[in-house]
Amino acid sequence: MFDFLDSGQYDLLGAFWVTAQLALYSAIGSLIWGTALVSMRVSPVPLMRAFGTAYVNIVRNTPLTVVLVACLLGLNQTLLITLGGERSEGIGFRLAVLGLVAYTGTFVCEALRSGINTVPAGQAEAARALGLSFTQVLTLVVLPQAFRAAVTPLANVLIALTKNTTVAAAIGAADAAFLMKEMIENEADALFAVFAVFAFGFIVLTLPTGLILGWAAKRLAVKR
Amino acid sequence: MKLRSTSAAAAAAVVLALTATACGGGSDSGSNGDKITVGIKFDQPGLGLKTPDGTYAGFDVDVARYVAKELGYAEDKINFKQAPSAERENLIKNGDVKFVVASYSINEKRKKEVDFAGPYFLAHQDLLVRADDSSITKVEDLNTKKLCSVTGSTSAQNVKDKLAPKADLQQLGGYSECLTGLENKAVDALTTDDSILAGYASQKEHAGKFKLAGLRMSDEKYGIGVKKGDDELRGKINKALEKMVSDGTWEKLVKQHFGPSGYKYEAAPKVEN
Repeated sequence: MFDFLDSGQYDLLGAFWVTAQLALYSAIGSLIWGTALVSMRVSPVPLMRAFGTAYVNIVRNTPLTVVLVACLLGLNQTLLITLGGERSEGIGFRLAVLGLVAYTGTFVCEALRSGINTVPAGQAEAARALGLSFTQVLTLVVLPQAFRAAVTPLANVLIALTKNTTVAAAIGAADAAFLMKEMIENEADALFAVFAVFAFGFIVLTLPTGLILGWAAKRLAVKR
Repeated sequence: MKLRSTSAAAAAAVVLALTATACGGGSDSGSNGDKITVGIKFDQPGLGLKTPDGTYAGFDVDVARYVAKELGYAEDKINFKQAPSAERENLIKNGDVKFVVASYSINEKRKKEVDFAGPYFLAHQDLLVRADDSSITKVEDLNTKKLCSVTGSTSAQNVKDKLAPKADLQQLGGYSECLTGLENKAVDALTTDDSILAGYASQKEHAGKFKLAGLRMSDEKYGIGVKKGDDELRGKINKALEKMVSDGTWEKLVKQHFGPSGYKYEAAPKVEN
């Protein structure tokens, strides 16, 4: 049943390594972009607030496939932007990270905003009364507590992101879903075994993420 | 009284719906009394395409209609069901469809799961290039080119493993995505079966933009998938296919669906028993 794994024809670990890299780079990128977005959404400048709200609501409600295919067709194939990638697989990978960051950033932003809501308003007011600027209030008082309160929702976002990387196969990133399509094409007699192998691979990636971050959430939570 | 008649109508609708689903689910052979269900592709112009007004068009579709007619089903008794590549074997095994006509290449692994009638068409892996591009004349030219194909497809694996390992191969979710890149010169060629390429090149919106390179890089025999061990049905389909070739319908259909691209198709393959 699982003899296709022994044929040496498929680089399963390599494919999951690409998936892990996609998830890692996108996670870092979307954490940064999400923090920037949430800063805009709570900033005192109306234009930035409006941009943050509009961006989050538009991108969050667009299917990920559409976002990624738009990156490919719009940026790469029409405007011929390669993001410094040489060959198609590299270009696909970079475009996929870009699309995943643009998409996942909105969820990170909303998770952090819920974290900000756990910080009592009095703290921000006290910080303002001491003469701290908006940037100082945000980076020294509010965001550190918001991050600690938002670990659980952020872990959710990370798990969803890991699974969302499968969509990147549609624009040519050589991840696990990409290899799965090859196997489906070749191993018509073992389709369910192929699915089982990939489902297991994703559980191996996401289950520890959830467990570790769940533990971290308990350790880091601000006791009030 | 008004309310009662409404609720009675609703109850009748529910009962009807339930019996209808029971019929649909209960038939285990893909044919339900006087209807027959056939698996085709919904997204391949020239072969099997669901048009925006809900009708179906393409060479595979017309072959399916001809075979169904020979089996005794009029055109309005055919239910078409989408059979994406990854699901074809299971649709046949579960009895969701009676047979599958969906650019289904006969190979050993698939033969373990289903039986094939036919072949009814001999396709080759080929390239689609821009109409003004004549830089690709032989397989070796590919090593310096940018190619595009569908993720994981046999054609893509052929290029990577055998034909041109050095070529820069982009693998995308569908052929339509590749066509955008081909038109804008992000890639130099789209590679897959020539029948599929001819279907795209024959589309009105692409007329005159692309041409087939005419390299015959592999042999793909398209068969009609039926349930394993159903030799009676397979025999009937084989007879229907032989008749389709001998009465000239085959030739007419090929010309109709692939003609506009200038595709040099092979003569009808001999049915294997």
